[in-house]
Amino acid sequence: MSLTVLAVDDSRTMRDMIRMALLPAGFTVHVAEDGVDGLEVLDGIEPDAIITDINMPRMDGFGFIDAVRAQERRRGVPILVLTTESAPEMKMRARNAGATGWIVKPFDPTKLVKALQMVAG
Amino acid sequence: MTDHNDPMAEIKASFFIECEELLESLQDGLQEMDEGSEDPETINVVFRAVHSIKGGAGAFGLEELVRFAHRYETVLDEVRAHRLEADSEAHKLFFAAADHLSDLVRASRDDLPMPVAESDRLLTSLEALLGDVSDEEVRPEDFEPLGVSLTLDLPDLGDLSDVEEAPEAEEPPADSWIVRFKPEAELFDTGNEPQMLIRNLCALGEATVTCDLTDLPPLESLAPETPYLSWTITLQSTCDEAEIREVFEFVDGLCELSIQRPGAALESESLPPLGPSVTAEIARPPEPTAAPTAATDPAPEPPEPAAAAAPPFPDDTAEAAPRKSKDGGAKSVVRVDLERIERLVNLVGELVINQAMLSQSLGEAGLSPHSDAMNGLEEFQRLTRDIQDSVMMIRAQPVKSLFQRMSRIVRESSAAVKKDVRLITEGESTEVDKTVIERLADPLTHMIRNSVDHGLESPEDRGKAGKPPQGTVHLTAAHRSGRVVIEVSDDGGGIDRKKVHQVAITKGLVPPDLPLSDNEIDNLLFLPGFSTASQVSSLSGRGVGMDVVKTSIQSLGGRISIHSERGRGTTFSISLPLTLAVLDGMVVNVAGETLVLPLNVVVETLSLGPEDVQMLRPGAFVVRVRGGFVPLYDLGVMLGYRPARDRHEGAIVLLISLDDGSRAALVIDAIHDQRQVVIKGLDDSFYRAPGIAAATILGDGQIALILDPADIIAAEGPLRGAELALTQGV
Repeated sequence: MSLTVLAVDDSRTMRDMIRMALLPAGFTVHVAEDGVDGLEVLDGIEPDAIITDINMPRMDGFGFIDAVRAQERRRGVPILVLTTESAPEMKMRARNAGATGWIVKPFDPTKLVKALQMVAG
Repeated sequence: MTDHNDPMAEIKASFFIECEELLESLQDGLQEMDEGSEDPETINVVFRAVHSIKGGAGAFGLEELVRFAHRYETVLDEVRAHRLEADSEAHKLFFAAADHLSDLVRASRDDLPMPVAESDRLLTSLEALLGDVSDEEVRPEDFEPLGVSLTLDLPDLGDLSDVEEAPEAEEPPADSWIVRFKPEAELFDTGNEPQMLIRNLCALGEATVTCDLTDLPPLESLAPETPYLSWTITLQSTCDEAEIREVFEFVDGLCELSIQRPGAALESESLPPLGPSVTAEIARPPEPTAAPTAATDPAPEPPEPAAAAAPPFPDDTAEAAPRKSKDGGAKSVVRVDLERIERLVNLVGELVINQAMLSQSLGEAGLSPHSDAMNGLEEFQRLTRDIQDSVMMIRAQPVKSLFQRMSRIVRESSAAVKKDVRLITEGESTEVDKTVIERLADPLTHMIRNSVDHGLESPEDRGKAGKPPQGTVHLTAAHRSGRVVIEVSDDGGGIDRKKVHQVAITKGLVPPDLPLSDNEIDNLLFLPGFSTASQVSSLSGRGVGMDVVKTSIQSLGGRISIHSERGRGTTFSISLPLTLAVLDGMVVNVAGETLVLPLNVVVETLSLGPEDVQMLRPGAFVVRVRGGFVPLYDLGVMLGYRPARDRHEGAIVLLISLDDGSRAALVIDAIHDQRQVVIKGLDDSFYRAPGIAAATILGDGQIALILDPADIIAAEGPLRGAELALTQGV
């Protein structure tokens, strides 16, 4: 199943890793460097799912999720948070902002693919 | 640089490049914090840098890096959250940790042994800052790949229907659960779907899923955003309740959920499937009602299983997405293979040569300067120059990274000699050729150490001199008339010229009775084997002197000079060419051959009179230059262009300055020009002739060799030594 995914992460390495994990599965991957960039990229695409980091400059993951959910047509897009944070209060904040799921870095590429297929499939 | 067939290796290589950038912003941020920045973004940047390094390191299994970064980050997080007030001592520790982090990054990159003991030492100090907080130190195990909070190893959807049919004759209570689940409208705001949750649940064991349609209203009164369905899942699984809860972790509070053992379920609640229900029909998307898209859908349909599951975004999305090329790092930076740039630099070199040739032939054709051809040529020359400058700029990098390394050198060396030293840098954005930057690191390190060790006085001496106890080292970079000038200055005691002169005499470096100017005495520091430190310190006394610094700078086509004021401090200035691809050269003629000498070694030109040359023995001459004698070499003879001559009257002589500070005079026949030439490396297949550094193509298309005078003279060997000592004594 070919999905279009937007990955938002300020680390180039992470973006590369995500791309490497998803491209072989036939996904179309768009990337952005932070929340602000993410919203800009989102403007031109219709992703089936979004992956976002939390700690980012300019606009962090919480702000980004908030902003995505504020767009009526994006309310149902699954958003997976991909971060090293694993504190429950962080998860709660992310969920309150509208995140669909939580993946802790470092991630297993096949699991990421499966997770995306599941939430967006 | 990497195996292009292994994407992981490429990403890893790019990770280490990213680390360098992150370490740079870490340094910057710490510097700002140390200077009292109140901006909350500063600590955020610092935190994020460490955090991102940790994140990437985890992906590559670099455990020690993760371990250290994680605990360092934990401390920084306390500062970020204002739970820890960082004073200047703490800042010092943060700097040390940043330095160590950079060591770990490099060790990881180069597969070197990890300095674990140092990590532990620093972590202990760092965590001591936390006081009680450190008790809840987070273990690195927290960063084991935790996978996903969604459980992922699902059976296929097809399997679900099988599951339902599966014989469920016996239900050993200990192995089964009854889960009731009714989503609330808010659940859909998080992009969650009952289907997904139920699938996850089914993955835990064998499941029978029943959908309760009781609440479903007639179509005309159906509100599209209200969920009407609920599910009961009978799960046969040895899993515990926590595992089931985990499935619903993200919808906790967004749905009604009950998890019970079968017996308990029956007793406590009488909510078994009533009325119309669809069992295991969930295999097909069951939950159309509250799908967010329903809002835009004029005719929301009741649960018509297959179609209504309309995924939030229809299939055409993939194509609809304009391929906006927003690739990683594409913001304003493109990473290009160095090889490609080299090729471009070479091509531009060709262009410059070609342009020079064209100018020459058009000039010789006697065209009017106002002719179209000449006007066009002028424009062409201007463009060529612009292209050349732009291409050279591609290779240019700001000296910032180099300067940051120096701040570490200052921290470490000042600690080693127990001096309080502050490094102030200026002009970090000044750009210099990449190769120059790389080759500047060692000499600059030595100069900085030298300033800290020898330049600055001890705190006591500073006190006596009425100076603040903290010494200052300034490191600046600036562009000046087509060159880059880098200065290292200290506010120390300045050069003790009397002592320097005495040492030089004692060591036999200068004749005792030779009067020397202040500047000449200062320059004695660059003589090989010179060291003023009366006691060898742990820092500078490593057998590497300023002479080595000077040699390195000269090999880059640079010059180094020194300026010192007693009691006020010393400044070393390095002047470097902007690039190694072009050279300011002096085009000369020797025995009919056109040759190029680097202009920076030529001190002055002389025309020899009959009295100027003295013969030491046949074939060995010295020339008198302002009261001193300098060995004379005939380039034509040395390069084998002509036999040795006994008389040199009327010859033109270039007085050149050699790397070791000595001088030599080169006999040539004529000076043609001073100009920039494009350096063309000589292919390895050529015999490596001593003294020939490279070649260039002149405007008339002629190939000219670029000489390395120091190398030619060194190849002459025997002439120097005893005889030279003799000439110096004359």
